[in-house]
Amino acid sequence: MKSSVIVFPGSNCDRDVAVALEKFQIKNQMVWHDEINLPKSDLVVLPGGFSYGDYLRTGCIASKSRIINDVIKHAKNGGLVLGICNGFQILIETGLLSGVLLRNKKLRFLSKNVFLKVINVDNKFCLNYKKKDIIELPIAHNEGNYFASKEQIKKLEDENLVAFKYCSEKGNINKSTNPNGSSNNIAGILNDQKNILGMMPHPERLIDPLLAGEDGSLMFKSLIKSL
Amino acid sequence: MKITPEIIDKHGIKPEEYKKIISLIEKKPNLLELGIFSAMWNEHCSYKSSKKYLKTLPTKNKKVIQGPGENAGVIDIEDNDAIVFKIESHNHPSFIEPYQGAATGVGGILRDVFTMGARPIATLNSIHFGSHEHPKTKNLLNGVVSGIGGYGNCMGIPTVGGEVKFDSSYNENILVNAMAVGLVKKNKIFYSKAKGTDQPVIYVGSKTGRDGIHGASMASAEFDKNAEAKKPTVQVGDPFTEKLLLEACLELMKDDSIISIQDMGAAGLTSSSVEMASKGNLGIEINLNKIPCREDKMTPYEMMLSESQERMLLILNSEKVENAKKIFIKWGLDFSVIGKTTNTKNLVLNFDGEEVANLPVNSLSNNVPIYDRKWKKNVTSIKKNLQIDFKSFKILESLKKILMSPNNAEKSWVWEQYDHTVMGDTIQKPGGDSAVIRIHGKNKGIAITVDSSAHYCLANPVAGGKQIVSEAWRNLISVGASPIAITNCLNFGNPEKDKIMGQFVECIDGISQACTYLDFPVVSGNVSFYNETQNKAILPTPTIGGVGLLKNLNTMMTKNIKEVGSYILVIGKTLGHLHQSEFLIEVVGIKDGPPPEVNLFNEKNNGLLVQALISKKLLNSVHDISSGGILIALSEMCISGNIGAKIKIPNDKIRPHEYLFGEDQSRYLIEVNEKNKNEVYKILEKNSIFYEMLGKTQKDSLVLDKEFNIKLNNLNKLNSFWFRNYFKEN
Amino acid sequence: MKISATVTLKKEVLDPQGKVVSQTLKNMGYDSIVNVRQGKYFDIELNENDKEKAKKIAEEICKKLLTNVVIEDYTIDLK
Repeated sequence: MKSSVIVFPGSNCDRDVAVALEKFQIKNQMVWHDEINLPKSDLVVLPGGFSYGDYLRTGCIASKSRIINDVIKHAKNGGLVLGICNGFQILIETGLLSGVLLRNKKLRFLSKNVFLKVINVDNKFCLNYKKKDIIELPIAHNEGNYFASKEQIKKLEDENLVAFKYCSEKGNINKSTNPNGSSNNIAGILNDQKNILGMMPHPERLIDPLLAGEDGSLMFKSLIKSL
Repeated sequence: MKITPEIIDKHGIKPEEYKKIISLIEKKPNLLELGIFSAMWNEHCSYKSSKKYLKTLPTKNKKVIQGPGENAGVIDIEDNDAIVFKIESHNHPSFIEPYQGAATGVGGILRDVFTMGARPIATLNSIHFGSHEHPKTKNLLNGVVSGIGGYGNCMGIPTVGGEVKFDSSYNENILVNAMAVGLVKKNKIFYSKAKGTDQPVIYVGSKTGRDGIHGASMASAEFDKNAEAKKPTVQVGDPFTEKLLLEACLELMKDDSIISIQDMGAAGLTSSSVEMASKGNLGIEINLNKIPCREDKMTPYEMMLSESQERMLLILNSEKVENAKKIFIKWGLDFSVIGKTTNTKNLVLNFDGEEVANLPVNSLSNNVPIYDRKWKKNVTSIKKNLQIDFKSFKILESLKKILMSPNNAEKSWVWEQYDHTVMGDTIQKPGGDSAVIRIHGKNKGIAITVDSSAHYCLANPVAGGKQIVSEAWRNLISVGASPIAITNCLNFGNPEKDKIMGQFVECIDGISQACTYLDFPVVSGNVSFYNETQNKAILPTPTIGGVGLLKNLNTMMTKNIKEVGSYILVIGKTLGHLHQSEFLIEVVGIKDGPPPEVNLFNEKNNGLLVQALISKKLLNSVHDISSGGILIALSEMCISGNIGAKIKIPNDKIRPHEYLFGEDQSRYLIEVNEKNKNEVYKILEKNSIFYEMLGKTQKDSLVLDKEFNIKLNNLNKLNSFWFRNYFKEN
Repeated sequence: MKISATVTLKKEVLDPQGKVVSQTLKNMGYDSIVNVRQGKYFDIELNENDKEKAKKIAEEICKKLLTNVVIEDYTIDLK
């Protein structure tokens, strides 16, 4: 399996995600935002960080990069695209995913581990979560509050396009388990074809027993399994 | 422009200093030259009041590669790896504009680290505020924490540790001390010493604006009633540009293009060019028309004194200039050849075809006057018998009060605003005795801690200085690391007052004693004087940042209780020293008396023994006993592990309060299971280490025999109440 | 009464956001862009009919809350 991690000025988690991909034997290339052509890839990853300092709107300026055209082509051809944190924000600004990511409800940056319920396991990213559908991953963001119109939310729920929801250790989804005010506790969503996943939590940060968890590993293992 | 006595005074230069300047340069300085002197001769850049005493600090051991004198200190952590680290203050700007002051403080210290070729892998900070009841405190606390997070998070560097303290002495003079730690290969360290004449001097980074002109002078001026009017000197940070600068510099550092490199911090282009030239015993010639400017019609004075952020000065091999330019252009940064090194040993500035300044480099660096300020020995109050009705202070109520106080409350409200897991190598997060960062791709790590004990230092500066170094050492031992070296940020009031200078001299004495005995030298640091407003000085606050090595992460230790049915032992003797303790200060309200003394012999022995027990994998958990004493330390272990304990006081020769809340030094709490208990006893006895059995761990609650029984849930709620309540987030 | 307040960075203060927006617009082909500075806009509705009183209140809230007087300026418009 081949992957490309797009590096924007200000991306921070590009190295972290490259480490994760390589750990699970996915052949990876780092691709500079200003390139016109994407190398042949099965998976494109838009990593976390502060592309362009989050200036103007998070992910906005990165979504205008030269490489984005090829990323959109790759997605429309059914190629896999994973947007993590800032990557999710960029996917939204490109229009590849719907909705908007607003400032956290408490208006503060929040870095902590949260529990997530895996809602949709029938996609190439989440196959391995069939056996374990309550997982723990770190979040670290200031703009993770997912918002969309009533119709958009209804569509996501009805068509089973919500990937993850913030929950309690036992899987309860409610206001007290919602760290940032996201509509319906949404932490990650898929597109119609389920080849694009945008998520706020960082799977690449929990791939090591020393880091107190391996719930992130399951996602990378799913990806490798799917091809 | 005529240089009047008023202008000289406005530049912070005393009449005797002005006379010395004239004798050094053999002419009268023009306004630009005067401005340059005001920057280089002020306290912040020259260390003129502190140098005499800083020279007495121990700065070497087998692992030190670079001690004080460079952008940061460097220590060897084996395997061709080295750690670069330093702590620095940004106090005065943070009081004026807390977000930007704290943010640019973080930016500055990060540059000090990556300018040496090290990728920053962690930051920590020590922040002090006035009383929580003071009207300015809430905004300042909020602004500083947001600023630290805003800059560090955007840079993608984890903020993994720190301390937050409150005391009314900081009401009008908050402290923001930022520490950065970076990783570098031993054979790829970059220094700031200029080498070779006729080498190109290059400016990279952001454009120069009018930010912070005379910021370094502001740092050395006390705040008077017109503090608010000094506003325009605050710099605005741009962490996005700094991230680009970091990546561009590290990319350029992959080969040997760079001869020397220095970041532009306090006094910007002036201090960086002078320091590079001075270290290399060379001259430097700059064409100011080549400085990339953000504003129109900037004068040479403004260009030389601007403190615009995110800029570096490089001296490159002339054949490598074009290649270097490509790298900086790719990252969207300005790159300009602004001058060259010379053999004249002078700083020569040209503008619009004319020479506008010409000064001997030595007059700005080596020949800066070093003062031997008058100082007064501190008078410590003697330990008196406490005339307290102990029975009226119930132990459980006292415990609760301490856990709920702002200085002792759990601080996740603060550190959850800092991304502490980015870079994927944070093995021990904020909240423990030390942070632990894995060396990328290896199974070893470094432990890092930052701490201060200002009230101990006020009560007895020598004892306080000794104590804070010992506590840093103990914090590293507690996570299983071998302490290597420290960086220090020395925050004090006005050194022209003999009482304050005495605090400084005696703290340094105490720090020296502990550093020497524990083989824990100072490799970098910074001094911040003049932290006073209208004659009220801050508590003497030396902040110590310590770094240690964990050769194998498998032996890392944490403080959370691990199992039910194991034993809690106290290592080290408890004499019951209550003066300057949290119990006396927070609960009873007595603030005088001497601080606890450190017995360095016991400190070292106890620490090395605990270290040995950890490496032999005989212990479940370890926590050092410091602020609050045994009962606070035990509560913290139980809360973090969500496992309680049942304890009985093993010493009937002192009062229960003295045993439970005394802050005697050199002690640890350890958790040992049944299996390892006897082996541990054997080792303790063989090494003549004093220890006592405190009790056994159990589910759900903390019980003190015949005194109280409290559920851990409740203890946790009390300990995590204060910050969220202060910001109305409950 | 409706009042609008516009808060902008003081002229000589660094505007990292404006800098990046300006560069991006140039990259998008807008060659005639010279400079962009980013600010904030507030729509304020007051229960006050006297123009002078309303203006005074608006000035006060700008100074006390809406503007970071260390690095920002404000302008007020009565609608």
